[in-house]
Amino acid sequence: MIQTACLVAIAAIAVSALMNLYRLAKGPDVLDRILALDTLVINTIGLVVVIGIWFGTSMYFEVALLFVAVGFLTTIAFCKYLLRGNVIE
Amino acid sequence: MVWASEILVSVLILIGAFFLVVGSFGLVKLPDLMRRLHAPTKSTTLGIGSLLIASMLYFALLRGAPSLHELMISVFLFLAAPIAANMIAKAYMLRSRALHRSLPRPAHGGEWATYLPHAAGPATAAKAKHRPDDAGAIRER
Repeated sequence: MIQTACLVAIAAIAVSALMNLYRLAKGPDVLDRILALDTLVINTIGLVVVIGIWFGTSMYFEVALLFVAVGFLTTIAFCKYLLRGNVIE
Repeated sequence: MVWASEILVSVLILIGAFFLVVGSFGLVKLPDLMRRLHAPTKSTTLGIGSLLIASMLYFALLRGAPSLHELMISVFLFLAAPIAANMIAKAYMLRSRALHRSLPRPAHGGEWATYLPHAAGPATAAKAKHRPDDAGAIRER
């Protein structure tokens, strides 16, 4: 049963990643694209967690944690660059 | 007992996937950036929280190996998502002069805190002293 739920969840996350890619390609402003990238990273974290349940190993949590940290830093760096013109002053 | 745990974990996984789809659908469907910010920052974070609870229950109840990694992920994500959304909203407000003109005034007069010269840092405050009509770091698009 858990395997079926994991399959459905992986399909749903794939659909939402496609929707994020649509916004990434279309988004009128650069900030829409930053938001789409942020959401894509969060969807990837969900995918990694579901794959961890699917394979039954706790090896993937470090991957998810790294994705959280890198996605957050990337969003902050992009916004900082747009606000101030450089990332580290 | 095992089947109850399996049903619980499966339902939590499905709820998490549903909220992830809702967040991305809102990102596609909603009309402008300020409204689009609602979908990923709230719904998607809820979905990730549900997936992490499912993972914790799965490893604790069915695998007999309880772990606290997921708690760390959720704490970091719940701290990071509002800060990222705040930065995106602030950058959007400061980048568009037309948006600044179209905003309603604050209730008690004055100016929105994001547009105050000292809100953007000392370098911009010095710049705004020379050009008092240019509030903060607003740039033409």
